[in-house]
Amino acid sequence: MNTQEPGMTLIVKTITRLTVGLILLFGIYIVSHGHISPGGGFAGGVIIALSFIHIMLAFGKEAAFKRINQKAASFFESLGAIMFLTIAILGMVSGYFFLNFGMKGEPFELFSAGTMPLSNIAIAFKVGSGLFMIVVILVLLKIDKKEEEK
Amino acid sequence: MTNHLLPLFVIIPLASAFVNSLLGKRIKGFSDIISSIATLFLAVISVYSVFLIKDSGMIVYKVGGWAPPIGISMVMDGLTSFMLVTVNVIAFFISIYSINYMEKYTEKWNFYCLFLLMIAGMNGVVISGDMFNLYVFLEIAAISSYALVAFGTEHEGLEASFKYAVMGTVASSFILLGIVFLYSFTSTLNMADMSMEIARKGASCIVLLASVLFLMGFGLKSALVPFHAWLPDAHPSAPAPISAMLSGVLIKSLGIYALIRIFFSVLGAEPKILSIMMVLGVLSMMVGVILAIGQWDLKRLLAYHSISQVGYIILGIGLGTPLGILGGLFHLLNHSVFKSLLFLNSGAVEYAVGTRDLEKMGGLREKMGVTANTSLIASMSIAGIPPFNGFWSKMIIIAACVEAGHFAFAFCAVIGSILTLASFMKVQRYAFFGELKSTLNQIKEAPFFMKLSMIVLAVICVAGGLLLLPDVSKVFLGPARDAVLAGSEYAKDVFAALR
Amino acid sequence: MSVYFLCLVLFCIGLYCILRKRNLIKIIIGIAIIEYAVNLFFVLVGYKMGGRAPILSPGQSIVDMVDPLPQALVLTAIVIGLAVTALIAAIAMRVYEKYGTFDITKIRRLKG
Repeated sequence: MNTQEPGMTLIVKTITRLTVGLILLFGIYIVSHGHISPGGGFAGGVIIALSFIHIMLAFGKEAAFKRINQKAASFFESLGAIMFLTIAILGMVSGYFFLNFGMKGEPFELFSAGTMPLSNIAIAFKVGSGLFMIVVILVLLKIDKKEEEK
Repeated sequence: MTNHLLPLFVIIPLASAFVNSLLGKRIKGFSDIISSIATLFLAVISVYSVFLIKDSGMIVYKVGGWAPPIGISMVMDGLTSFMLVTVNVIAFFISIYSINYMEKYTEKWNFYCLFLLMIAGMNGVVISGDMFNLYVFLEIAAISSYALVAFGTEHEGLEASFKYAVMGTVASSFILLGIVFLYSFTSTLNMADMSMEIARKGASCIVLLASVLFLMGFGLKSALVPFHAWLPDAHPSAPAPISAMLSGVLIKSLGIYALIRIFFSVLGAEPKILSIMMVLGVLSMMVGVILAIGQWDLKRLLAYHSISQVGYIILGIGLGTPLGILGGLFHLLNHSVFKSLLFLNSGAVEYAVGTRDLEKMGGLREKMGVTANTSLIASMSIAGIPPFNGFWSKMIIIAACVEAGHFAFAFCAVIGSILTLASFMKVQRYAFFGELKSTLNQIKEAPFFMKLSMIVLAVICVAGGLLLLPDVSKVFLGPARDAVLAGSEYAKDVFAALR
Repeated sequence: MSVYFLCLVLFCIGLYCILRKRNLIKIIIGIAIIEYAVNLFFVLVGYKMGGRAPILSPGQSIVDMVDPLPQALVLTAIVIGLAVTALIAAIAMRVYEKYGTFDITKIRRLKG
């Protein structure tokens, strides 16, 4: 066990380094294909959040915060919600709240389904950063506690 | 274009909540201003919606352009606009009250964010015409209220919040289970469609099972007596504006409104269920007030009175007669006005004195004139002293009991009213009248915005009886009562309004 | 039919857990069990024997699929459950910070 560096053992770190990019890419794939295959903003957002949580578990919290800090996560969470609401309100301008306006395209094509892909991306922002924040808050509370005891 | 009013009730609080969390930390005073403006705008359009309903009858909004049995719909009828006025007007006054009151807490923007989310949830519950959508909005309001109860992160707040969250989650599970049973029976989630389908298929034990589950779930949310244990803990432990919000409107829009909407409009008013509601109402009326008399903590006493007054409302609505429903709805409005005023008073006292224990107060009238006078008006109103609004609604409920031949219930209502008077005489005697204690010489009256909202709510208390004038009642209370009485006509109206 | 009763049994286990256990964490687990029981029941309501997943792919016709609506709704219900569980867990941790115990019989500031 390496006590100087934070995080887990060398095996875990190496495997994480290899897989974390793939996990992130897979999350982005799920988000972008949400309107033509199972999955979507929520599932993809969870996977994206998991890739950051993975880094945090393997390398310690500093390594994860170097990539995305709490302020940025909180900002993205609000931004995702506002984006989603804006898409819904834009639908209202052209007829009804949440109306799916714009080019519908062909079925089973990536660029189709009007506002659906955009909504999926907004939800992915919201869910990804929100889930990351939940884990960070629950973990950091515990860390603070242990530091007090010492 | 007037149709676009309906989604605004959800859009505005949601948007301002997220803008608050985005910018509130960076710009000082921003969250105060934006939440006051948002709630003011909501209050104005909710009052406007009352006149809209009077002119055009029921309004149905197709979200996303999908017509009801398929898509989610938003439905506004008399009862909805009545509840919207109750929720949003009270929310506006509580919002300007918290400008001063919440100074002592850090992270005020978080408070406003959760507060606006709670309003979005409540408006959504009230305006939704879809069963599952109602559940989702109910959970939004409930989750933000769990967080708001624990907002002070004191010992009591956290403990109460845990208890409240556990009870609330169990209640939500019961409600979801009820929705599942109804879905399996009718294969639809739209309330109007569901109501038609139930009427077509006739009575079944699945509907009865679902009604029992709804009664338990919404009974837990509105703190009827066998399910009341969480309320006296949760409501006093929250910051005062949130206590006012929880007692004033949350238990009504989440509990009572949903009960009325589901039992009258969707399931059709069954006499069996109505008599259970009446018995539960009388039970909570008596138990709440008896438990309240022994309390020395000001906010806890008020919380027990909430249980008792909710009992009055449920009794009035459970009678099922036009007069009883009118009384119940009018008492709902009045209770949300005077109970939020009383909680705001208790907040002002706590702000100045620093305690909620009645034994440590005394003679506050000399130092805090506005608080003392408004609290006197609210106390007389809740106890049912003639010129104030509480008297009129209680009188209508008692008269409706007598008219329907339930003399025992009418007697219980009178006894409950007398006991309420006794316990509020105790509050006035120990807190505001009598000798000023020497330790309290330094206290000051509450700041401007707190006084402002208390005074306006007190004026509504005094003038509330005017809502019963025939001309006014035709616009405001009448359509709400008719919407409840319409029962399963609701479904036909919804589909008629679509064309 | 028996699967529905098993759901009911699961629900009752969750209720027992909430009502009878004294540890805050065990109560949270009870809440999770109740939520899962309801969600499972909701999915089973929309299921039919031998039905296939309600996914439309190119070149396939829709035959004999299960009801997709409960699945979409259960996803929403799971998300809500996640939010509630996270919030309650955070509150339980703060309670532990303040009181130094998870035992609900020792957390008794509020009474009357």
